[in-house]
Amino acid sequence: MARAVTTRRKALNTAIAWAIGLLIFFPILWIIIMSFKSEGDAIKAPLDVLTSAWTFENYGVVQERSNYSRHFFNSVLLAFGSTLLGLIVAVPAAWAMAFVPSKRTKDILLWMLSTKMLPAVGVLYPIYLLFIQLGLLDSRAGLVIVLMLINLPIIVWMLYTYFREIPGEILEAARMDGANLRKEILYVLTPMAIPGMASTVLLNIILAWNEAFWTLNLTAAKAAPLTAFIASYSSPEGLFYAKLSAASVMAIAPILVMGWFSQKQLVRGLTFGAVK
Amino acid sequence: MKLKKTLFAASAMALVTSTGAFAETITIATVNNGDMIRMQGYTDDFTAKTGHEVEWVTLEENVLRQRVTTDISTKGGQFDIMTIGMYETPIWGANGWLVPLDDLSAEYDVDDILPAMRDGLSHDGTLYAAPFYGESSMVMYRTDLMEKAGLEMPDAPTWEFIREAAAAMDDPENDINGICLRGKAGWGEGGAFITVTGNSFGARWFDEDWNAQFDQPEWKEALTFFVNLMNDYGPQGYATNGFNENLSLFQQGKCGMWIDATVAASFVTNPDESAVADSVGFALAPNKDGVEKRSNWLWAWALAIPAGTQKEGAAKAFIEWATSKDYIELVAANEGWANVPPGARTSLYETAEYQEVPFAKMTLDSIRAADPTNPTVDPVPYVGIQFVAIPEFAGIATEVSQEFSAVYAGQQSVDEALEKAQALTTDAMEAAGY
Amino acid sequence: MATQHSRSAARLMMAPAVVLLLGWMLIPLSMTVFFSFKKFLPMRGDSMANGLDWVGFDNYARFISSSAFWPSVQATLVLVGGVLLVTIVLGVALAMLLDQPMWGQGVVRILVIAPFFVMPTVSALVWKNLFMDPVNGFFAHVWRSVGATPIEWLSQASLPSLVLIVSWQWLPFATLILLTAFQSLDQEQLEAAEMDGARWPQRFVFIVLPHLSRAITVVLLIQTIFLLSIFAEIFVTTQGSFGTKTLTYLIYQRVLESQNVGLGSAGGVYAIILANIVAIFLMRIVGKNLDA
Repeated sequence: MARAVTTRRKALNTAIAWAIGLLIFFPILWIIIMSFKSEGDAIKAPLDVLTSAWTFENYGVVQERSNYSRHFFNSVLLAFGSTLLGLIVAVPAAWAMAFVPSKRTKDILLWMLSTKMLPAVGVLYPIYLLFIQLGLLDSRAGLVIVLMLINLPIIVWMLYTYFREIPGEILEAARMDGANLRKEILYVLTPMAIPGMASTVLLNIILAWNEAFWTLNLTAAKAAPLTAFIASYSSPEGLFYAKLSAASVMAIAPILVMGWFSQKQLVRGLTFGAVK
Repeated sequence: MKLKKTLFAASAMALVTSTGAFAETITIATVNNGDMIRMQGYTDDFTAKTGHEVEWVTLEENVLRQRVTTDISTKGGQFDIMTIGMYETPIWGANGWLVPLDDLSAEYDVDDILPAMRDGLSHDGTLYAAPFYGESSMVMYRTDLMEKAGLEMPDAPTWEFIREAAAAMDDPENDINGICLRGKAGWGEGGAFITVTGNSFGARWFDEDWNAQFDQPEWKEALTFFVNLMNDYGPQGYATNGFNENLSLFQQGKCGMWIDATVAASFVTNPDESAVADSVGFALAPNKDGVEKRSNWLWAWALAIPAGTQKEGAAKAFIEWATSKDYIELVAANEGWANVPPGARTSLYETAEYQEVPFAKMTLDSIRAADPTNPTVDPVPYVGIQFVAIPEFAGIATEVSQEFSAVYAGQQSVDEALEKAQALTTDAMEAAGY
Repeated sequence: MATQHSRSAARLMMAPAVVLLLGWMLIPLSMTVFFSFKKFLPMRGDSMANGLDWVGFDNYARFISSSAFWPSVQATLVLVGGVLLVTIVLGVALAMLLDQPMWGQGVVRILVIAPFFVMPTVSALVWKNLFMDPVNGFFAHVWRSVGATPIEWLSQASLPSLVLIVSWQWLPFATLILLTAFQSLDQEQLEAAEMDGARWPQRFVFIVLPHLSRAITVVLLIQTIFLLSIFAEIFVTTQGSFGTKTLTYLIYQRVLESQNVGLGSAGGVYAIILANIVAIFLMRIVGKNLDA
């Protein structure tokens, strides 16, 4: 396993990888830099931008103009709520598919994925009318359900692939010892599936956090998350690069930081069963 | 017992609410333009006066339009006040989707609203939305560059003069474009501009029988003139420039002239935002020599109440507050007369302090010169200058302007674009049953 | 091993997920199909309550005969295909690189996956304004500093620009999945092949690629599902002009800009059909690969 490489080779790898890594990360870095510049400086040539004065004023303006904390709270609630609800529905389903597979299991799985292909813009009217009937417009509950539904296929599939990697014999053994289904799931399966569940949860929080069609179109004031917050900073009158950058940083920072801290878990589980 | 109490409290609340004396929270959808954002800052004044609270939903123009249109056409009831324009108001009013604003208080003085604005926001003589600010379009130019070029801008220039001036001021070495105009696709962006340009060349969208007119020579002349003018003296990439992009360019001193909304005048003359604040002059929007119609449009951002809202009283109170003379004075006292919402009220233009604002007179003259019922030379079956007040227009004009933008970007010829515009307009009008 | 009892239990456990998704699919779908046979112009006062006129297949015929239809299918395929190509090719290269020993691997990985956390709207806004703006954008400044004329990205190279933006968002996803696949690559087999005199390209084609095929399939499947319905990126950047009107965007134009719900719904049905053709095609490959 351990590959012997020369230091020179390693240094070369390091240099190339860092260069590419920084290149990919650069747009985000640039947003962060811009957010600390005045509007007048933000449109200057890159070198002049870097040498110009730093300021916090954009964050002040954004803070004053929008109810950031409410949008933030809604984003957190929607992302975590929909993921939790999704897990409750998906764990039993994935369990059943993995441990009691039938001929149709794979068809069902692929059918579930295909529901994601329904173009959202095409069904906006039906869903909007439905939400009026159910009184769910601009409610967090309604959005939690929608976000859960659009991500459910992904959750089921990811969990299914993790569960399948758990050897069936262990379950047999547990059953022999008199464990019932509930205990089996709770004490045997869950601990083994935790890494997989963790990355499923993370991926779904990210997807729900970033969903920008339904969260924008089904909300008004009460339930609107950060995607709506951003929609009030795109191309207003006058110069706006710096304020847009500040608002962008405020919208992506929470999920970015969370993603970085948990990247090990995310990476470990993000295989969709692609690796044997 | 507890339930009973709650029920009682609820019905009592309903009772108070219906008399309009109870403090309510209204939800307002608005656009993220500077004047609206300023209005949000003064919400406390409204709350202090009436006791009502306000929830703001501030969205970028395209998102706002998509959001409020979906909501009103499905009767979703998510907003108590919507910020809409002169295009939507008469159509929605005709559909019975808006609360008529025919019982505003005496001190509000509805007759003070500029007649052009009032007409544009009415259907069958009933006002359906109150103008927060109104605009026409005019030429904004750099007085210093004009002087350097040895030219003098007349009050009412022709397109030929504009071209001559653009040629004289164009200075690529120093990063100055002779002229900046909208080329961005979208009916309210480049679509609006090319429509008024068409008007000033005698072109029209439809003849009296609703036949599309893009196969007529006037359109070809107008579009060819625009494309040549911009290709020769316009900024790089003007095919994606809309109001905001041009505003930044002008504020940075990169345009000799800019023909656009009159509200821009206060931004380009504001020393905090504009590098050229002290050298901007104004003139009426141009026309082709010999054509009686000028290329100035008429628009208002207005506040309307969707029919069916439970909070009509509070919503009306807000509209009376936001579009009142008092609000104008409030802004004037805090931020100066140049920053008040313009173009809505006659009394504003009679105020001595406001008359000293450099762009006040030209704005009023431009608004007065606009006639929505007679937008172009030949008679038309529609109302509207830079738009056609029928429900299908937004969709058609966006597609047409996309074809035009492709010309601006050098991806197709004027003839190709006009041919496609003619075909798709005809097709869409057929689909709509004309 | 599966008893009758466990089978019915399994069915019961799958029921909530299946029923919910079935509802989520069927209710809007049936309403869309219903609208697609109706004249439904909300701005002209048509509404469910007033009853809608039946127009047969008019909407379907009109949608497909519109001059915008075939270009939109083409734009969709170019966009999806372009992003898939870029992310998979670069993803393989990047994963291979990240799999090599180096200093600060963890940090590099953090840098590489960061774009995946950025909201599509934010990413589109930032690319459009801060980078691709032909006057004040970063690229324009760079181009001018070397004396070149700035490229008008979103008009002159609209589709490639969109592919760039979307690929930037999805490259991390492809890289991560491919990286995990690389990490399970049998090094001994590679070394043995090297001993046998297999050159690097041969080793790549005959050992590495087959090993990656499953991972590539998964990337292909998941990304296609998300890419077919791309909307925010187009809405923010070009609004469908300059040949970037995908099928999804065309439907948006019909339903919301033109306020013709019937016509847009017919477009929605076409989009679903197209998606299913792609899906069946994909599942043929995926199904084979996932079984292995």
